[in-house]
Formats: sequence, C-alpha cells, structure tokens
Amino acid sequence: MLLLIEQVLNGLQLGFMLFLLSAGLTLVFGVMNLINLAHGSFYMVGAYVAATVMAATGSFLLALLVALASAALCGLLVEIIVLRHLYNRDHLDQVLATFGLILFFNEGTRMIWGRQPLFMQIPDYLSATVEIIPAAPYPLYRLVIIAVGLLVAIGLFVLIKHTRLGMRIRAGASNRDMIAVLGVNIRWLYSLVFALGTMLAGFAGAMAAPLFAVESGMGESILIPVFVVIVIGGIGSIKGALLGALLVGLVDTLIRAFLPTVLFWLFATSSANSISASLASMGIYLLMAGILAFKPRGLFPA
Amino acid sequence: MTNMFNRKLIILLACLLVMLLLPPVSQALDESYLISTMTRVLIFAMAAISLDLIVGYGAMVSFGHAAFVGLGAYVAAILSFHFNDASGLFGLSISYQGTDQLLPILIIAMLVAALVAVLTGMISLRTHGIHFIMITLAFAQMLFFLFVSLGYYGGEDGLPMLGRNQIPLIDTGSDSAFYYLCLAFLIAFIVFGRRLVQSHFGRVLLGCKHNEKRMRALGFNTYWYRLSAYVIAAMGAAIAGVLLANKTEYVDPGLFSWHLSGELLVMIILGGLGSIYGAVIGAITYLLLEQIFSAYTEHWQVILGPVLIIVVIFARRGIYGMLQKKWSQNA
Amino acid sequence: MPDIVLSTENLCKNYAGLQANYNLNLELQRGEIHALIGPNGAGKSTVVAQLSGELEPTSGQIYFENNDITHLAVFERARAGVSRSFQVSSVFDEITVLDNLALALQAHQRHSYRFWSSVKRDDELNKQATELGQQFGLEQHLDVYAGTLGHGEKRQLEVGMTLAGNPQVLLLDEPMAGIGSGGSKVLTEMLDGLRGRYTILLVEHDMDAVFALADRISVLVYGEIIASGSVDEIRHDAAVQRAYLGESA
Repeated sequence: MLLLIEQVLNGLQLGFMLFLLSAGLTLVFGVMNLINLAHGSFYMVGAYVAATVMAATGSFLLALLVALASAALCGLLVEIIVLRHLYNRDHLDQVLATFGLILFFNEGTRMIWGRQPLFMQIPDYLSATVEIIPAAPYPLYRLVIIAVGLLVAIGLFVLIKHTRLGMRIRAGASNRDMIAVLGVNIRWLYSLVFALGTMLAGFAGAMAAPLFAVESGMGESILIPVFVVIVIGGIGSIKGALLGALLVGLVDTLIRAFLPTVLFWLFATSSANSISASLASMGIYLLMAGILAFKPRGLFPA
Repeated sequence: MTNMFNRKLIILLACLLVMLLLPPVSQALDESYLISTMTRVLIFAMAAISLDLIVGYGAMVSFGHAAFVGLGAYVAAILSFHFNDASGLFGLSISYQGTDQLLPILIIAMLVAALVAVLTGMISLRTHGIHFIMITLAFAQMLFFLFVSLGYYGGEDGLPMLGRNQIPLIDTGSDSAFYYLCLAFLIAFIVFGRRLVQSHFGRVLLGCKHNEKRMRALGFNTYWYRLSAYVIAAMGAAIAGVLLANKTEYVDPGLFSWHLSGELLVMIILGGLGSIYGAVIGAITYLLLEQIFSAYTEHWQVILGPVLIIVVIFARRGIYGMLQKKWSQNA
Repeated sequence: MPDIVLSTENLCKNYAGLQANYNLNLELQRGEIHALIGPNGAGKSTVVAQLSGELEPTSGQIYFENNDITHLAVFERARAGVSRSFQVSSVFDEITVLDNLALALQAHQRHSYRFWSSVKRDDELNKQATELGQQFGLEQHLDVYAGTLGHGEKRQLEVGMTLAGNPQVLLLDEPMAGIGSGGSKVLTEMLDGLRGRYTILLVEHDMDAVFALADRISVLVYGEIIASGSVDEIRHDAAVQRAYLGESA
C-alpha cells in the first residue's frame, strides 16, 4: 500500500513533467499546424543553463529564471529565423527542418559544455523529505515538481479561457482566417505562442536537471513520450495534454514498478524479469496504439 | 523530348560506369575505405527507395521505417548466431541448414517484415497526418525496446555476426564482391521501383495520395491498397537491413532508432520526394555530406543541421526536382 | 407501380444535436433525372454523403435495387453501381484526362494488384477510356493534363469519371457550381444526353439547369423534404414558393 502511494506520486511527478513539455508542443501543433521535432532541444537548453547558473551562483531561483529566459529567447530566435517560413508547408518539410535543428542544438551543446554530463544540486531547502503518510519519507523536491506542474496547468487554463491572448490563441486554433479578419497580428501571436511553449519546455528542463544527468540528446529521450502524450490527448488540446501526460506518467511508472512482481507471481520463472523489463518500456506505446486503434484522433480531438 | 531522354540515358550510363569502376580504382589509389563507404551508400539508397514508395508515392509519412531495416538486420544476425552455435531458436531444436545462405535469409527477413508491417499497418493506417507519423514512430520504439531487452541476443550491446552470409558463386567475404552484389541489388530496386510506380497498382497509389476520398468514391478499397504498399516498403527495407548486417557484420538496437528513421526521411526529402532516382541521389548526398563535414570537424552536425534547414527553405522539390527543372529549361 | 432504383426510408442525420436531415423518404425511379433543390444549408450535401456512404445515418435505411445498403462502405456502393461526383472538382491534376478515365475504369476491374506491367501501355484499358471520353465530348483533350483543363471541362471530366463501370445511379453534387453560363450550357447538354441511360439525382442551385433537365423535383428545407413532384407541380406549390423560390425571386 505504501509502495503504491509512493509510485502513484512518482507517476504524477513524471506526468506533470511531461505536461510542461506537451502543453507548448500541442499548442504549436494546434495553432500553427507545425510539427516541431526540436521541442526537446529547448528542454535541454533549460537544463544546461540551469545547471550552469546553479553551479556558478548557488541560487536555485536565479538558475530557474535564467533557464526560462534563455529557453524563451532561443525559441523566439528559432521561430523568427527558421520556423516562420514553414507554417504553410508540408509536415514533411517541417520534419526535415526541425530534424536539422536537433542536430544543431545537440552538437552545439556538446561544443559549449563538452561531452561529459553535468549534474545539478538540489538546493538545501528543497532536499528534505516529508512524511505525507507516517513512516514513508518522500523527497520534497518531487512534491514541489507536482505542485509547480499543477500551478502551471491552472495558470494555462486561466490564460486560455479568460484572457484576450487566450481568446486569440483559441481563435487561431479553430479558425485561422477569422483571426486575421479580427486584425490580430498573426505573426507576433505565433512568435509569442511558440516562445511560451519553449519557455515551458525550458522550465521542465530546469526542474528535471537535478533528477537526471544533463547531457546532449536528453531532449529526444523525453520528446518521444511527449509525442505519445499529445497524440493520446488529442493534438491541440491543453486538457488532452494534461490528462494524456498524467495517464502516460502513471501507466509508465506503475507498470515499471509492479509488472515484474505480477509476472513473477503468474509464471514464477526467472525469465519474467527480462520480459517485464521490455514490456514495461513498451507500455506507453502499447497504450497509445490501443487508444489510436479505437479513437484515431486521440481522446480529446480539438 | 528525345533530346532530354537521351541526356538522361547518358547520365545514367555514366553513373553506372563510375559505380562499376569504383572498386578497382579505389584499390589502385590505395583508398579501399571508399568501397566500404559506397557499399553503405548503396544499402541506404535501397532503404530510401523503399521509404519513398510510401512517403513520396503514397503520402504515408512513416517515422518508423528504420524498424524494418532493423528487423531485416536482426533476422540475418540471429540466424547466423544460431547457425554458429547450433542452439535452437525459442528453444526449438530445428535444423539450421541453409541459414548461412543469403537467399533464404532474405526471404525469411521479408516475411518477418511483412508480418510486422501487416500487424502495425492495420492500426496505423486508420490514422492520418501527424497521427500516422507518431504511431509509426511509436511502433518502431516498441521494437527498439524489445530488442534492447533481448539479453540473449546481446541486448543493448548488439550482436556480432560471424562472417557474412553465403551466396553461390560469389565470395561475399571480399569487400569488392560484396559491393558489386549490393550494386546489383540497388539496380534491381530501381528497376522494380520504377515498374511499380508506373503499374496499375502504382497509379492507384498515386490516386490515394492526391485524393483518397475520391478514390473510394470511384470504387477502390483504398485501405488495402495503402496497406499493401506499406507492406511492400517494409519488405524492401528488410532487404536493405539484411545487407547492412552483412556489411558491418554486426547489429544493434540503434538500427530501430527514430534517429535512423529520421535520417531516411531526410534522404528522400533532400533528393526529392516521389522519384526513385531522387531517393538514390538523396542517400548519396546525405551520406557524403556526413563524410565530408566529419573530415573537417568532429562537430560536423552543427554544420549539417543548418544545411538541411537551408535546403528545406530554399530547395522545395529536392535536388532531383531542381535538376529536372534545369533540364526542362535547357531542353 | 413505378420502378424504384434507390430509395431512403425515414433517413435522419444529426450532428451534435443539430438535425441536418430529418425523416427523408426519397425515391428515385429508374431512368429519371430527379433534382434535389433547396436553400443553402438545407442539408443537400448531407443527403448525397449518406447515399454515397461517406456519412453514416443516425437512423433510417437506404435501399438500392431492393437491397439494404445502409451500412455498405463507400467503395462497395460505388462498385455496386451508385456513383457520385463532387461539388469541388476532384479530378487528378497530375495525370492526363485519358489516365483519369482509365483510373476510374480500373476501379471496376477485378483488382489493381498488378505491380509489373505498365498501366500506360494497357491497350484494352486505354481503348475503354477513350470510348468513355468520346461519350461526353472530351476526345479532343484526352492527352492533356487534367490540371490544365478549364473549369467547365474539369467538371465534364468529373461527371464523366462517374460513368465508368456503367453505374445504375449517378449522384451529382452541384455539377454546375462555379463554371459560368457557357460551361453550364455544355454540361446541361451532356447530362441531357445521359437521360434514360442512368438514374440521376441532381443536386443543383442553377434553376435554369434544374428546370431544363429534371423529370421530378424534391425540395429540401431545413433538412426536411417539403414537396416532391413534377416540375410543374413544384413551380406552383405554395409551400415551395414561400419557403424557397419566393425568397430568391
């Protein structure tokens, strides 16, 4: 029982991390109809910058702020220099160009920071553990990630539903021509949405930096589960991204935690271990294939 | 018209001549690594042609095509593994006579790829657009993790092959003989590919690409035609995979990676979608650019990335498309 | 007892609570040109989409030659003999007129899983396609790319492709839309030439064409058929004049 609660919390933590990444990506899909393979690069930028600033100054908050700003700035530059030319193009062209961006960013970080992974310290005031339930200490930092993810989710819903910017984003997602008629400057709206998405990705990277090794290519290993999230949730839907992220986070974590036991209990053979390892890695892809087989446009098609 | 046709023929023959002369020339120049590099190019050209068949001619943008290359490669490596240690596959004690022979292995690899393509294609082809891109990626990832977890066959570390598969009358162990074998396969791919896209089936595929709704209204069961194309492409990729495993005499799960799928897509877009020669040109260009840039700096990807972006933004129909435009202007 | 080829029985279609078609009972008699008219948004395209199988009805049945085809797939209906054209010309621009017709004919061959022989050099297929082209006056243009045809000619080809495989019923979705008066005159003549050989459901806004061609007319308003009858009956129907003609006149 304790183990279950702990694993559910781990699943939620992974889920909110995935949500930070998928929110921006799904908006970019939905509003600009752009498929951006390089979204993980901004996560990587966030992580590298946060780790570097933290190491230099020791201030976690400063590290977060600088990481957010650099990811947003990188996003803005990439949008203006490259992606702006690709909105009306075939998805294939977008795949090729953003693939080029991945190569550039991965190699660029290797040139700047070298091939050795960086590690980032959790600040002292967040490195404690708390006993949510008696006798089961849980790391505070992971709880903070859950709380922050929840806050960002609420903030995004308020932004989309109740602000002028949100109205324009929704209008842009459902009817591109109408928004031009309304006299909104689409060009800057798109830049803004894109930078917002990359900022969230950078935020996720900065928050993840103390948990994982910060290395070149880290963006892609998380990007593919993020794609799974938005495809499951329904492309363009923030609500879908949130539910998809939590679903993927929980399914992945729980399968990894409990499948070996279940299989061992069922078959009682030593091969259960290696089978369950592969099944666990495949879990979210099976989930996605299953959902798409019945709902080809995801759970909440926009 | 005839002028252009002649010119095309002359260029083709010239290319063929260069390809044929490459092994003796590079040996004479003592640059025999060229043979190995070009063998790799030939094999990737085959994989690119098979991908172009569904992406360029069928508008099915698969981001998991490398999975079928990987399947082909693993079929070759696993059968060779059992041939050499004479243990049974899945614990079955069956005879492995003949599994050091290339031809039966190619057939088995194609069957395995076809089976997987039917199963995954039946689900994938219910989706469209971005969803299709993502679901093909997801299936490839599943295979990637499956082979990572197969500890018996090397898991993450991969599996070496003890010597190349045999084929009667040819010494596949010789690098130049293997090069000529791959060249012959590539020519067969080109011939078959060109026949296919100009066949009755090819025209139905073209129709599905441009307006599937219209094709259904005309009376075509588009789903099965598209699935068939998907399966044929998978079998083509499996052949390339078998040859690739034979070339490097080593396989690892990286063959299933999304990175390789992405590179295959890059090749066909670079060369020009929807043309068999474009796929070949794309494969050659991409791999040679990789070679050239990496000779200058270990950080060659930082150059290659922007080059790809520039190609996308400015050369919309790929290299072959640009060449064709130039020829038709001159003619 | 009239000879009914295609009919619907209480056909209904709802989109998210919105009634697009309500209790449609439509009967096409063999060999007639039956026009379906109605103001914009009346649900005419929804009717065609349900008859051709692109939309699944919410309730009700569709019968073709006394068989229930309500749940047949689009391609199965096309092969059975219910053929449709599209409001937006959906010819294949990248291939020639002849090849477009050949492709339409290919759909009615046993199968097209032929991977090796060149379709361009399929003499039998080309002969049939040429004959098809001659039926409606595109024989001059067989070798040009469909993308280079004018609007009117494209529409002729669009309708011509529906004739491949000798269907029983043609569902023509606004064939005159956007081709100008010269073009619609040519197309009207072409359709007149098909009279008697096919049973035609003609969805159309161009009233000149409707009155010139139709044997019978059904009027669709807000998803319901408010009147059905001969051209004269419809002209003088008070409800129709109120609901439809009155508003455009």
